[in-house]
Amino acid sequence: MNGEAARTLTAVIVDDEELARAVLREMLKKHPEVEILGECANGFEAVKMISERKPDLLFLDIQMPKLDGFEVLELIGADIAVVFATAYDQHALRAFEVHAVDYLLKPVAPERFEAALERAKQRIGQPVSPPVNELAAAMREPGQYSERIVVKDGARVHIIPIGKLDYVEAQDDYVALASQGKKYLKQQTISSIESSLDPKNFLRIHRSYLVNLERVSKVEPYGKDSHVAILNDGSRLPVSRSGYARLRGVLDGQNP
Amino acid sequence: MHPILGNLRRLSLYLLAWIPLAAILFYLLALPGGLKWTHALAMAVPLCLLYAFMCLSAWYSCRSMPLDSTGFSRLALTHLVTAIILSAIWVLQARGLTIALASFSSFRGIDQKFFPNHPLLFASGVLIYLLAVALHYVLLSMERTRELEKREIQARVLARDSELKALKAQINPHFLFNSLNSISALTSIDAGRARDMCIQLADFLRKTLGMGEKTVIPLREELDLVRSFLAVEKVRFGARLSVGEDVASEALDCAVPPLLLQPLVENAVAHGISNLTEGGWINVKVSCKEMAEKGRLELPEPANGRSNLVIQVDNNFDPEMPRRRGSGVGLVNVRQRLTTRYGDRASFSAQAENDQFRVSITLPVEKMEAKK
Repeated sequence: MNGEAARTLTAVIVDDEELARAVLREMLKKHPEVEILGECANGFEAVKMISERKPDLLFLDIQMPKLDGFEVLELIGADIAVVFATAYDQHALRAFEVHAVDYLLKPVAPERFEAALERAKQRIGQPVSPPVNELAAAMREPGQYSERIVVKDGARVHIIPIGKLDYVEAQDDYVALASQGKKYLKQQTISSIESSLDPKNFLRIHRSYLVNLERVSKVEPYGKDSHVAILNDGSRLPVSRSGYARLRGVLDGQNP
Repeated sequence: MHPILGNLRRLSLYLLAWIPLAAILFYLLALPGGLKWTHALAMAVPLCLLYAFMCLSAWYSCRSMPLDSTGFSRLALTHLVTAIILSAIWVLQARGLTIALASFSSFRGIDQKFFPNHPLLFASGVLIYLLAVALHYVLLSMERTRELEKREIQARVLARDSELKALKAQINPHFLFNSLNSISALTSIDAGRARDMCIQLADFLRKTLGMGEKTVIPLREELDLVRSFLAVEKVRFGARLSVGEDVASEALDCAVPPLLLQPLVENAVAHGISNLTEGGWINVKVSCKEMAEKGRLELPEPANGRSNLVIQVDNNFDPEMPRRRGSGVGLVNVRQRLTTRYGDRASFSAQAENDQFRVSITLPVEKMEAKK
């Protein structure tokens, strides 16, 4: 990229309300250096467009159909300067935890918009990409566990409700999420997934395995001092020694 | 608890009221009765003290026979018979007292002297007892009035309290700020529509504010409020919001607590429509169900043969979206207010099935009273 081209900025506006998009569009009109690549009305469209068009800047609503703003951000990850625009400030703290450039409250004041755009311009080119697991942690309210996990597969988005998650397997920098016979890859550590799941339902049975307790049908000895957990669908997962102790503790607690 | 025996101040007042009665008895015994004044005093004071307490028993028969629900003949007969019996006992006691006193030298002959006074004593006994009955009825009704007043004040405080809560929940920041944002967008796109929306928003807020002071409003007004709310939301959501309304005409004049329906519709918008890309629908259905349908289990039996008002709000939603924080607060509030006002004469249910959500409310039909 040469210096000329770097001065143009590409942006995408994501909001489910046509009128809310219109305000931002109008305010951006005064800035010929910003090119609007497109507008999206929901989280799915946003993820698709962002991964295809790779904008520099994103104006993002939080409460939207399909995926909320935080989930969109979690899926698109790095390199994009994000300005949240929302009606109510209950999310402000979380927005800054996920390293948003700025946070605009609706109705958006033109001066605030200019300031946000200025900050975004400074941020672009020196991306601060938060580690994804940090994002996931910021997404949760304290004391609450995830109700679903979102996974991006190319431009497609899969939503896995926690109840349909069978087990999680660590694979290098990724985790494989097994649900209903399929596996979905996500760039996240198994520990951060573990911390987002309710420990009453999910148990770490091995350094690389996290299992949905409802799926475990039986546990058999395997080799000298390890075990294997057999799930309802026939999957066999290794159980480490400490994992076995934890599992025994939970299972014994259930059927005294 | 006995209203006089249980309260020292009232007991003293009651006994004080007996002093003139004792004085009259003393006078009757001393002058027409021909007793020596010391003798008359020695008789009148203990007899009155004794009878004062005997008359307190009137409370039990008064309580078991409330004035408004007991037939006159039964009332008169019972109190008269009781008066005769108590008075007869009193006369016997007087007789016993004279005999006991006669054994003292200074009271010699009092038993014979007093004997002719028995009819007088008996008559005044009956009379006094009947007076006591009247007194107890007055006390009972006083107590009942006070009880009613207390309960009414309590109910009013509770109602005001929940109105306040409803109003607080009413001015939903999401709704308000998103609407203002829509207006802000419209000012440069279509100034005329921006003005319309300002008016609609003002209209809705004004209607809401007026409602806090009323305990019930006609359903017609509540539906009006719902329509102004939806008019504002319609600008925000455009074609994404479709609304159906099916309201029985005889239901329009029924009295309902204010802000009963609007929170349900708001809930449907916030958790249904706003999460649906392709938009969604809300259906409001109101009907009057007669007694004939009381066999259906979900309807509580209407009291006194009256009919029930059945309100149903349906909407579709995206079951895959996680529930938002704060969802259901509006519904809980409506449920509480129904319970406060109607007790078990009203029912409330909210259930989700597949991608549909339904809130059903049943409450007794009350027609609006004419303006005070």
